[in-house]
Amino acid sequence: MDWLIQRLTAVLMAVYTLLVLAIVLWNGGIDYGLWTELFAHAGFRLASFLFMVALLYHAWIGMRDILMDYIKPAGMRLLLETVTVVVLFAYLGWTLQLLWGQA
Amino acid sequence: MKQRPVYLDLPRIRLPLPGIISILHRLSGALLFFAGIPLLLYGVAGSLASPEAYAEMKAGFAHPFAKLVLIGMIWAYLHHFCAGIRYLLLDIHRGIELEPARRSSAVVLVLSLALTLILGVRLW
Repeated sequence: MDWLIQRLTAVLMAVYTLLVLAIVLWNGGIDYGLWTELFAHAGFRLASFLFMVALLYHAWIGMRDILMDYIKPAGMRLLLETVTVVVLFAYLGWTLQLLWGQA
Repeated sequence: MKQRPVYLDLPRIRLPLPGIISILHRLSGALLFFAGIPLLLYGVAGSLASPEAYAEMKAGFAHPFAKLVLIGMIWAYLHHFCAGIRYLLLDIHRGIELEPARRSSAVVLVLSLALTLILGVRLW
């Protein structure tokens, strides 16, 4: 299941990346006006949210695989996995605040 | 527990090119986790507040050290992106023979470095 999720999230992120790249190229660069206009758009905020959820899930699977391969003592691995999860949730909170919070 | 052969004569372990791409995929992924995501969130959050905040953020990222960090992140993203697409193609059995697999890993390495160079020069 994780194997599939890792690939689905990767494709989703790649599509979003190309979308943002296309918007920037289409407008011949980026300035404050375009930047805020983009984030004022509910659809773009939703797409950005989906990108971040995909990114954080993808990062969890990747980091967990790295920790499983290189950190052998179970206690230490559990600790580092916990730290990783906490950091990921902090990133998620930051994302929500940035997309829908009050400034 | 079974005794497995341990081969740790490091200078004699010659990692083939696809192996180098694999380890760089991990390295770039970890870099993006530790630095890329917070920098992205910091940059986007800080630049949206007002035109002044946007200009301030732009000026902050114009510092040579910030530029170097940014170029490092650009490489990490590009490498992870290109290597990831290669893995997706391998998953659907494109280029799984030895020679195409070697060639595609060279393409990933060179392409992501070349794109980083182009973007890095533009950024600088």
